[in-house]
Amino acid sequence: MDAAIREREGLAARLRRWLPALARGRRPEALPVTLDRNRVYIVPTRAGLGFGVLLATMLIGALNYQNNAALLLTCMLGATLASSMLLTWRELHDLTLRSLHADHGFCDARLPIHLAFADDRRARPGLHVALDDIEQPCPLRAGVSRATATAPTESRGWMPIPRLRFFSTLPFGLFRAWSWITPDQYVLVYPRILRDGQPPAHHDDPRERTTGGDEFAGLREYHVGDPIRHVAWKASARHDHLLVREFERAAPGQPLRFDWRDLPGLDRETRISRLAAWVCDAYAAARPWTLVLEDRRTLGPGSDAAHYHHCLTALAELP
Amino acid sequence: MKAPAIPLGTHGATEELAPPAFNLLCITVLCVLAAHAPHMPAWYTAILAAIVAARWWQRRHQRGRVSAWLRIGLLVAVPAAVIAVYGTPFGREPGAAIVCGLLVVKLLESERARDARMAIGFACFILMSALLFDQGLAFTIIVGLMLLPALATLRALEPGLPETEWWPAFRTGTALLGVSLPAALLGFLLIPRLATPLWGAQGNGEARTGMTDRMAPGDLHSLLTDNAVAMRIGFDGGVPPQKSQRYFRGMVLWSFDGRAWEPGAAARRPWRPAPLGVHDPLTRYDVTLLASHRHWMFALDMPVDAPEGVVMGPDHTLWSSKTIDQTVHYRVASAVDYQLAPERLDPRLRAAALALPDGFDPGARALAERWRNAAGNNDAAIVRDALALFHDGGFVYDLDAPPLDRNSIDDFLFNTKTGFCEHYASAFTFLMRAAGIPARVVVGYQGGYWNAFAHYLLIRQSDAHAWSEVWLAGRGWVRVDPTAAVSRVVLADTGGAASDVGGGNRSWWMPWQNRLDVINRWWGQTVVGFDALSQEHLFRPFGIERATAQMLGIALAIAVFLALGFGALLASLRPRHKPRDALAAAQLRLQKRLAHIGIVRGIGEGPRDFYRRTATELSDSAPTINRLAVEYLALRYALAEPPPERIRAFLRAVRNFHPRRVVK
Repeated sequence: MDAAIREREGLAARLRRWLPALARGRRPEALPVTLDRNRVYIVPTRAGLGFGVLLATMLIGALNYQNNAALLLTCMLGATLASSMLLTWRELHDLTLRSLHADHGFCDARLPIHLAFADDRRARPGLHVALDDIEQPCPLRAGVSRATATAPTESRGWMPIPRLRFFSTLPFGLFRAWSWITPDQYVLVYPRILRDGQPPAHHDDPRERTTGGDEFAGLREYHVGDPIRHVAWKASARHDHLLVREFERAAPGQPLRFDWRDLPGLDRETRISRLAAWVCDAYAAARPWTLVLEDRRTLGPGSDAAHYHHCLTALAELP
Repeated sequence: MKAPAIPLGTHGATEELAPPAFNLLCITVLCVLAAHAPHMPAWYTAILAAIVAARWWQRRHQRGRVSAWLRIGLLVAVPAAVIAVYGTPFGREPGAAIVCGLLVVKLLESERARDARMAIGFACFILMSALLFDQGLAFTIIVGLMLLPALATLRALEPGLPETEWWPAFRTGTALLGVSLPAALLGFLLIPRLATPLWGAQGNGEARTGMTDRMAPGDLHSLLTDNAVAMRIGFDGGVPPQKSQRYFRGMVLWSFDGRAWEPGAAARRPWRPAPLGVHDPLTRYDVTLLASHRHWMFALDMPVDAPEGVVMGPDHTLWSSKTIDQTVHYRVASAVDYQLAPERLDPRLRAAALALPDGFDPGARALAERWRNAAGNNDAAIVRDALALFHDGGFVYDLDAPPLDRNSIDDFLFNTKTGFCEHYASAFTFLMRAAGIPARVVVGYQGGYWNAFAHYLLIRQSDAHAWSEVWLAGRGWVRVDPTAAVSRVVLADTGGAASDVGGGNRSWWMPWQNRLDVINRWWGQTVVGFDALSQEHLFRPFGIERATAQMLGIALAIAVFLALGFGALLASLRPRHKPRDALAAAQLRLQKRLAHIGIVRGIGEGPRDFYRRTATELSDSAPTINRLAVEYLALRYALAEPPPERIRAFLRAVRNFHPRRVVK
């Protein structure tokens, strides 16, 4: 029994793998892609097969009782249901996916993918899209050409956009038309967020050196934009370039420091996830932070969106 | 089994049934009940409809499942009620009643889209079965329209419908039904018919409409108030027989048991009918007899010969070996002026035509004896005496006849004196037999409506009639219609047609019904009567004498292929007229106006540059032009979906802008 089920499952899985391979839309292709008649497939649904059996029964009954009124009714119903197939097909036919772009998303969460279609002013109220067999409605009203779908994510890093399966069962749910599009596009998936671990280790970091404090800390080279009154003229005279005085102070928004080495004893992915969680929390709290990676690459400090995405991208792209 | 997710997804099957779809499902079920209401007991229909209404209310206000016990109880109650009414769960009427009940049970448990789809399929099947009871044009159209709520329900199970309006759900189904009518007709024409049924398809012999094989006082009453069509007759030459000759004999009743007349043994004996003496050219005609579920076939008095496959009895009645469960067509020749067995009456028939039960109706026997004593050997005088009695004896024609006691003939002749054709035929025949004159009762139709437009005689059930035939030496069997002798007629208020005495009380719309019967006749001949034989001749116009099933099948396959191809072509058409871009139109209008005064937009000149150049050339209206420019650029390039009211405002501004030529 179990073996039989497993065998069937295997068959189903094999079909699922093979069918797209036999059909068009299997190779990644550049957008825009138009679903022409060569790549829209259609089969009856279970309900459709049921209605087929029903129509056959009605036909045999009407013929047997030599009842022409019943036969006419059966023909009318049959022709109507069969022609609904064309409407189902029409839901997909000529659909043009012009472009898509994905938002940034974290691993294990759904990744929103924004689809832009060519506006052919035709309503497609029954359009669905499935990404990795997660079916979701993406209805298009007449004159509307945008929709959003979500894709599941399994690992951080650059992920090819999964094959999109567009389908519809409109108008009667008796037929299902579908087509595949595999866009030649990648999206960056940010690392998984792990929050259950320790809070960021508090370092006794050297106090931040700024030019704005009041306690003298030392000299450094002049950069454009440094206040002219901080220039250490005497010291500068001894060198061949200008030096400015630096001061220290305990700033209220003292940058946090997230260091790869602060998380010893954890595996690589967990470390990355922890760091990502810290970055997210700091960004949410609007506190500046510095990220130090495995290879001692230091990002920051900073607290703006660019810095946030920069850090997460760096984490996601780690080998 | 888990099917591959790609072709056979379960998407949508398990989701909860939304209120709009559920409401439409309730309407569909009510339609099915309405289609079957004519042959179900009224209380049964009413209870089922009430359950549908209660279920609708329950799901609207409580949104819970119906208890399983209630459903199981109903599942038991439906067949029980049907058996209680009909005595059996088998047969056409009980079967229809049971499936209607089961559909209502299905509605009670419909909570998911999948249930609703099953219920709709079931409903379509039951709708079709309603046509087994009535194949009329009007009813077929009504049942066809009842497909619309079913299709609307299927549509409402799919996404993309507005919540509040009801029409969009119907739109797809209605349009598709209309578009696929030609394909449906092709299928209807080409689907090969079965020459013989696969399984027993005889109608059950229950009394429905039409004549029964028995005539007791009052039996014909329901028939005389029934306006259903019994048959249609087209005469060769397009001329019907005279009104007084329009007697269509069905069966002859020989045997009387004191209460009811029956065909008796004499009617079915395989004796050869007596030869007919014919005086004038025969009347030939085609009969279309609607299903009567009896063996009798009707022919104008007196048929000369039986159509093929039909037996003519010794009393010149036509008897089909199979019951007539479908509309049949046959062709008969009859003699209107005839002599039947004038010289000698077969002694066996004579005995049957004189038999009377003992111990009944002493009064009538005494009266007949008095007439016999007075008339001596003159049988014709006795006939005249009896007709005079009905004419002058205070007899009344009334469909609302009182019930009669055990000696029914005596009670009628001397007491009630009120009745209709069967009372008179029965009493007259009894009197004749009592007086020693061979006599028999004939039941059939009389009169009818001559449709002068389409040249056919329309006979309704209400034209049913009973009369007598007496055998007179030297003249043979002579038809006597004692009802015609009655002088006083009370018009019954039953709304029936009762042409029994030549007209009577036809309701005001009856003439219209008679005229419109042309359509029903056309329907009956071309659609209902389209059988294996007619199908064989389908390709005659193309030079093919006999179309075989294979040829029909090939033609059907070609038709399906062409229809699908044509449909695909239609479906792949792009919307031809794209909605006009109002903004572009306004801009074009402005350019046209400016071109008129000499400012032509150059090829490759962007709108911004064009506006700027115009503003410098028409310095008077520069502010207006600049306003237009800002607005146009914003609408065209800054906004993804510009609000329509701003586009309209821009359009107005362009319309109101009248640039004037600059005189240099």
